[in-house]
Amino acid sequence: MKVVVCVKQIPDPNTTGQLEPSTHFLKRDGVEAVMDPGDESGVEAGLQLVEKHGGDVTVVSMGPERGLDAVRKALAMGAGKGVLISDDALRGSDALTTAKVLAAAIKKDGFDLVITATESTDGYTGIVPQAIAELLDVPAVTFAKSVEYDGATLKVQRQTEAGYDVVEAQLPAVVSVTAGANEPRYPSLKGIMGAKSKPMDRLTAADLGIGDAGGATAGQTITAVEPAPERAAGEIVKDEGEAAKRIAEFLVEKKVI
Amino acid sequence: MPFTAEHDALRETIRDFVSKELRPHAEEWEAAEYFPDSVFRRMGELGFLGLRYPEKYGGQGGDYFSAMVLAEEMARAGSGGVGMAVSVQSEMATPPILKWGTETQKQKYLVPAIKGEKIAALGITEPDAGSDVANIRTRAERVDGHWRISGSKLYITNGVRCDFILLVCRTGKQEDGAHGITLFLVDKDLPGFNVSRKLKKVGMFSSDTAELSFDGVEVADEAVLGEVGQGFYNLMWELQGERMIGSAGAIAGAEVAFEETLKWCKEREAFGRPIGRFQVNKHKLVDLYTEITVAKNFVYSVAEKWNREEYPVTEISMAKLVVGRVTTQVADTCLQLYGGMGYMAETGISRYFRDSRLIRIGAGTDEVMKEIIAKTALGL
Repeated sequence: MKVVVCVKQIPDPNTTGQLEPSTHFLKRDGVEAVMDPGDESGVEAGLQLVEKHGGDVTVVSMGPERGLDAVRKALAMGAGKGVLISDDALRGSDALTTAKVLAAAIKKDGFDLVITATESTDGYTGIVPQAIAELLDVPAVTFAKSVEYDGATLKVQRQTEAGYDVVEAQLPAVVSVTAGANEPRYPSLKGIMGAKSKPMDRLTAADLGIGDAGGATAGQTITAVEPAPERAAGEIVKDEGEAAKRIAEFLVEKKVI
Repeated sequence: MPFTAEHDALRETIRDFVSKELRPHAEEWEAAEYFPDSVFRRMGELGFLGLRYPEKYGGQGGDYFSAMVLAEEMARAGSGGVGMAVSVQSEMATPPILKWGTETQKQKYLVPAIKGEKIAALGITEPDAGSDVANIRTRAERVDGHWRISGSKLYITNGVRCDFILLVCRTGKQEDGAHGITLFLVDKDLPGFNVSRKLKKVGMFSSDTAELSFDGVEVADEAVLGEVGQGFYNLMWELQGERMIGSAGAIAGAEVAFEETLKWCKEREAFGRPIGRFQVNKHKLVDLYTEITVAKNFVYSVAEKWNREEYPVTEISMAKLVVGRVTTQVADTCLQLYGGMGYMAETGISRYFRDSRLIRIGAGTDEVMKEIIAKTALGL
């Protein structure tokens, strides 16, 4: 089974994100960067599948040079090959361009299964997985909390608000896994040292035949940015014998019960 | 800097592990004055207990600086006792097994210690001999082709939970001093090996420190580590490693305490401004930052020699001495900057204040370090 996992290096989510005032892009310079924690679950899901069914995991990432660290981390966790598409021309790409670039890179090497996170922890558009599937012309199974393969069919538990649906698909396919889908392994020192000698492809947009890319040609523009409104203060119910009733009413109002 | 990109990646892994799997339990383990044995097994499973050991014995095949990364990151566990217990396991009780152990001893003790399946302790200090190691009284007598061990050991880290101990015993006469000492590997479950008591301490609460007694414990020749009569000299080598890793962990602890205090000094306001903005405090913070940076870099420079398998006894002693001094200054100043809150048991800084004091006593006191430096470097 040839599994491709998409990963992204993002500013450490434990730090407060800042926007560049002129471009409204997320500030990346001078900020500690890490592999998107959601992608760790993707890598883990891929590794578990190939450990069970054979094959190998390739990690693909698009981003600036330091995205290499995220790819290396995935290699240290156990992936077999890395691909980094790094190109100044891709700076400021929107979600669709990102999907085009990733899909082209995935197609280049071939795949049975593409795994992504449900969304990135910096941009949060949440549309790249579906767009990749569309561009590759394969089914997209999203929000997987578990991914199983019986040798013929992919069986996915798809997270819903109330529980989960069981969705089946034939390979090739794209699956996006939720962050809690598994417990991502820690890379061992042996894995870290071994990652250096694993194959790593460095590609540009031109290598993938993508000419018009980047912020200038993006289909979306950011016109303005505003801070999220502050949350209204909650209601404190003081128990004078009626509290339980009031809380129940509140829950009914919110359609929780 | 001695650290490579691979060390940085290892640091990220260990930091992640510490913040997810150790730090959240620190308060509970401090209160219980114990942390679960499963920490050893988990760290063994992740390869952290064998970072610089050969792959042949289940290690990760890294260099000494990978062990330094572990010692430094364990300083973020929020409970000094955990890092200390792990250091005893992989940097104090087991390096002599790799260096002098027979293949059988390596398979029996080193391999399971790296896996975290056997917990190790190291028995040097006794009720009547601490700094004066050459004067220990725990005896191993030759009886019917066996060794019979009698005596007691004090302040033994991992002493309650250990599966085996690297034990320093007298095999020669008392007046032979350093010449009549031998190292033994002794299983905890042998008849006559008893934990007399778990000791209460100023700090390092989560670590189990014990008094152990040996009442005619019988072991075979296979239990001797290295040569009979060479124990003292081998132990001196072991102590260099102990001081090296102890210094690395302690200065990292000072750095963590400093980072937290700096943050506090930027947030806490008094008389209309953050307390770190007062010149008196600002200069204190600068002093600490400078001292920590200088000491840390000296530790690194000495560790580079240790990594090259040189034997820099004077410098290791100096490193431990200076780290001890800086640590005390950092602990005291940081607690002062926290004020009343710093004196409360529930704050991290008060725990650090208690835990950090040990570096000036454990693995050889400040005074012993000075004696070594006087002898080896000054001809005094």
